Amino acid sequence: MSTIDIEIQLIAVVVAVSCALPGVYLVLRRMAMMSDAISHTVLLGIVLAFFVTGDIASPLLIIAAAATGMLTVTLVESVRGTRLVTQDAAIGLVFPALFSIAVILISRYAGDVHLDTDAVLLGELAFAPFTRLEVGGVDLGPKTLYVMGGVLLLNVGFIITFYKELKLTTFDAALAASLGFSPVLLHYAFMGLVSVTAVGAFDAVGSVLVVALMIVPPAGAYLLTEKLRWMIVLSALLGASSALAGYWVAWVADASIAGSIASVTGAQFLLIFLLAPERGVIAQSMRRARQRVEFAQLMLAIHLLNHEGTPEAERESRESELHEHLRWSPKFVARIVRLAEREELIEREAGGLRLTPAGRAVARSAIAA
Amino acid sequence: MNAIEINDLTVAYQDKPVLWDLDLTVPSGILMAVVGPNGAGKTTLIKAILGLIDPAAGQVLVQGKPYRRQRHLLAYVPQRGSVDWDFPTSVLDVVMMGRYGALGWIRRPGGRERALAMQALDKVGMTDLAERQISQLSGGQQQRVFLARALVQDACIYLMDEPFQGVDAKTERAIMDVLRELRDTGNTVIAVHHALQTVPEYFDWVTLLNVRLIAAGPVKEAFTEANIRLAYSGRVPFHSGTSNGTSNGDGSGKGDGDDADDAPWLSALR
Repeated sequence: MSTIDIEIQLIAVVVAVSCALPGVYLVLRRMAMMSDAISHTVLLGIVLAFFVTGDIASPLLIIAAAATGMLTVTLVESVRGTRLVTQDAAIGLVFPALFSIAVILISRYAGDVHLDTDAVLLGELAFAPFTRLEVGGVDLGPKTLYVMGGVLLLNVGFIITFYKELKLTTFDAALAASLGFSPVLLHYAFMGLVSVTAVGAFDAVGSVLVVALMIVPPAGAYLLTEKLRWMIVLSALLGASSALAGYWVAWVADASIAGSIASVTGAQFLLIFLLAPERGVIAQSMRRARQRVEFAQLMLAIHLLNHEGTPEAERESRESELHEHLRWSPKFVARIVRLAEREELIEREAGGLRLTPAGRAVARSAIAA
Repeated sequence: MNAIEINDLTVAYQDKPVLWDLDLTVPSGILMAVVGPNGAGKTTLIKAILGLIDPAAGQVLVQGKPYRRQRHLLAYVPQRGSVDWDFPTSVLDVVMMGRYGALGWIRRPGGRERALAMQALDKVGMTDLAERQISQLSGGQQQRVFLARALVQDACIYLMDEPFQGVDAKTERAIMDVLRELRDTGNTVIAVHHALQTVPEYFDWVTLLNVRLIAAGPVKEAFTEANIRLAYSGRVPFHSGTSNGTSNGDGSGKGDGDDADDAPWLSALR
């Protein structure tokens, strides 16, 4: 593995973790699509700042891009504030408008610079190490690594410093406001952070991957834990691991690195979606099936209890006729009877089923509750 | 001193008034219900007192001063449905949020906040569930958590938006015990309430609202049939079959019967 390989992987990991951290709050605030909007509209800021400075490496580009990110949020909020459209529609209105202006400006006036639409969408992670940071002729490493390292530190610092405030405004904005923590202020500060992250990451991996890295790892982490701290840590780990795995997929398949990383985040999420121990699809359907069977046993016990000591008790408790009374399939009846018998809720006696004392107690308490 | 003084308060969304020129004085140390039909502006009134909504006109004074300087005196219990209960956090964490205002920016909750939160959970009978994830709580437990969170604020005016909405009878009694204790120790409790039949039993003051103020005062004086009819425009909603005195699940009171003549709460008035 060459130095370049290691540098690319390092950049990919730093970008992934930087994106995953604010992504946690985007997912919890149900604002995932806002990251999509911001990661595209920042381009307008970059283009405009480039026209002003004429320098693609100017730090002004990042500032202008972050400002466009904030502008996007403000526009979306004000379009939504009219109550004429919903938030998702507002995002759909604002983001293509700003993005298309940027695309037109690039194609019309900046055709010959390093600002092309392919790079915008897919990034060029493989080339990232070629832009070096040199101080006094000494090569200090890829510039992107420093930029994204800075963004990462900013994100970590912000989330640690304002952990309590972010949690409160995300969970209960009204309480936050009544306690004197302005949710609006925090919202915009946080969206500024998302914008800065998007700009930094977008340069390395393109706008599509920015969205994947911001949303997919936190969405997976959300299914794995019910603790906010762990959700943050897991999101970072999931992001970093898909960055590394994605790099090697791309290496083996000789494919786009950004594309491979995005695919790996998707595959990783799919696995979690299916296999998560508590909230995964499989765990849930197993739980539902178990509840259905347990509930059916209870219904059977209550049915027997209701007819206990009545003239029709004998007919109502006959196993062969239960499916008629309960409107269950005979097969299901047989299964539930077998299970209830094993649980010692019921016992068989000549011609029919009878509640055990335990089964009677269970049925009684269920009715009483 | 009066807990809350509202002068000429008008709140509007664009040109639609939600509260019209409201004058209301709430003395300290009372338990007050705010009742009125849907869209009467009950939640808006609570939010205006809390400064969460800017009024179009008028002002709210909390113990004689504008809200902004009196924030620490108020505790707010929002509607249970106003937050996402799937948020990844625990009961204790949510209760500790009530201390955030006293902590201020950046400072983190510690052992003291934890101890206060546990005390509050004890008051609402939820110490066993302190470490429980909030996604696993029943409606009644959610409401108790919210109440505990308000208790740790150590305020003197408690503003509650439908504290009994969708809770079981046992929780309703437990919440009432806490509210009475608050009142008996000199605090003021203002609660948006839906089940008219429990107003005389639970509260000592009542405010009847329907965009305009219909009546406000001690229950015996203000909670008259005439005022109730006025507030509900002749249609008196009550929950038929709730003789046990609990509000029903949705608590909305929407579309319930018009046959007010044998309303169960009327007997409570006499």
